[in-house]
Amino acid sequence: MNFPDNLKYTKDHEWIRVDENIGTIGITDYAQKELGDIVFVELPKAGDHVTAKESFGTVESVKAVSEIYSPVDGEVVAANPKVQASPELLNADPHGDAWLIRVRLADRSDIEGLMTAEDYEAYISQEKAH
Amino acid sequence: MENRIRHARTHITRNEDLIFERTSPGKSGVELPPLDVPSVPADQLLGSDFHRDEVEGFPEVSELEVIRHFTRLSTWNYGVDTGLYPLGSCTMKYNPRVNEVVARLDGLATDHPYAPEALAQGCLRVLHETARCLAEITGMDAVSLQPAAGAQGELTGILMIRACLAERGNPRKYILIPDSAHGTNPASATISGYEVRNIKSNAQGCVDLAELDRALTEDVAGLMLTNPNTLGIFEAKIAEICELVHSRGGLVYMDGANMNALVGVARPADFGVDVMHLNLHKTFTTPHGGGGPGSGPVAVKRFLEPYLPLPVVEKTADGTYRLDSSRPKSIGRVRAFCGNFGMAVRALAYILANGYEGLRQTTEDAVLNANYVMTRLKDLYDLPYDQPCMHECVFSDRRQAARGVRTMDIAKRLIDYGFHPYTTAFPLIVSGALMIEPTESAGKTELDEFIEAMRAIAEEIEEDPQFVLKAPYSTRVSRLDEATAARKPILRWKP
Repeated sequence: MNFPDNLKYTKDHEWIRVDENIGTIGITDYAQKELGDIVFVELPKAGDHVTAKESFGTVESVKAVSEIYSPVDGEVVAANPKVQASPELLNADPHGDAWLIRVRLADRSDIEGLMTAEDYEAYISQEKAH
Repeated sequence: MENRIRHARTHITRNEDLIFERTSPGKSGVELPPLDVPSVPADQLLGSDFHRDEVEGFPEVSELEVIRHFTRLSTWNYGVDTGLYPLGSCTMKYNPRVNEVVARLDGLATDHPYAPEALAQGCLRVLHETARCLAEITGMDAVSLQPAAGAQGELTGILMIRACLAERGNPRKYILIPDSAHGTNPASATISGYEVRNIKSNAQGCVDLAELDRALTEDVAGLMLTNPNTLGIFEAKIAEICELVHSRGGLVYMDGANMNALVGVARPADFGVDVMHLNLHKTFTTPHGGGGPGSGPVAVKRFLEPYLPLPVVEKTADGTYRLDSSRPKSIGRVRAFCGNFGMAVRALAYILANGYEGLRQTTEDAVLNANYVMTRLKDLYDLPYDQPCMHECVFSDRRQAARGVRTMDIAKRLIDYGFHPYTTAFPLIVSGALMIEPTESAGKTELDEFIEAMRAIAEEIEEDPQFVLKAPYSTRVSRLDEATAARKPILRWKP
């Protein structure tokens, strides 16, 4: 499983990458593996607001429908049209091409409470042991 | 004498053609007598609004072809009448034939929903008696038979909670739902105008009282929980849980999907539940699947009775029955007429045929069967919550997943052994869940055959996981591409 170092992670298995004050958000490699074949993605529109720890969309796989939670507060500047047209991208490239939304952060310090790649990997192995 | 049968007829081994592919122009299954009046084009007679011409290419086939086509398809079904159907959370139990005999009695089968009350006394009495029996079984004070299925029962129940709290001054904002819940619970709460807050289960798979305590703010309208929960575990602290919710002014809704573990043994009203639904198509032996239809009666405590859906069947002082539609606080109608009446008839037949002792025995047998399966499989399959279960048991595929075989693969292989698969990948709090509910309908011989099949599959996975990953082998089609079917559905009714 893949845990890129340049990303920050949530306990709900989302990642965020911040450049300047724009955050790119997606779901992790672990999340897509657990969900299985993803068949549908529902995302907010540019201009919508997202709130930290609250759901901003859903991902549906052949197994289950899951909410996606935002790691930060902010305004959506883009939703990825490619992943909406081809949800299978999420299984192929969850940390890259299959980003979900880009958000203008209200407060950069939101990302300080998030996990590093190392923390997240440890968290996953703990989850699995449960 | 060798090879006398060169190949089997296609319908034995292969996919059945669509009926549209069997068409041959000009063929007809019916022969109408010659007209004895002048013929008039239908659109002229009916007006163009009532004449459809957008449907082309209806199959032209003989009567016998139609019969064979659908009869063959019907033989592909796997139902409770075919064999064990251990689909956890669904309670796929035998539907006694006596229910069908009773439901076909002339007075019950042919009465019309618009018949005047004076001519429908028998049917009204059936509704009244069924509601009375369900009230007694749940310990509740009043029952509506209107909801057409479990999820509609949930919606009805939550709408009643909302109406009651609104009348007390504040409908509040949130419904708490444990993370092990059926997916319909959050959907029902949301459609009723509430926001859902999840509460995490504890290490025993039950509601964590401390977590519940923290989550119970003054904005919480109520708790929606299933007991026994979806792990098949009885919430031992249910009385404390209900007390805690009540002490904060909230109400408790119980999803009665797992009532097959309680009937005749424990009554939800006694442990503090305010409102709940029952699934007649699970617990009370009415048909489940094949269109049922379902039936999800709602049972309430006295203080919620004014909010029940309309109409309510009442017994009057002179012993006759009437439909009461004048209840100003009612949430209104949720279903045409009196719900799926035929299901009330079947459920009542089942309840009366079993009686107190029989219903209790049924529950005990269902629990015994599930524990037998659990005990005999737990050396080969991982049991994440290892404790006596109620009517169903939940394993994890953890040990098999280490060999690359997941719960869905084991389920597919089980088809080759002649059993309907168990429920896969639910509840979500167990990674790779195998949820098995044998019900009381299975005898020991059949349970042993199922257990042997599950044990054999575990062995196959040790020896040759690749073999199991390609199952099933005995079916007309094997691994269907579920992902593409969901991603790029092609929906059409002809080839």
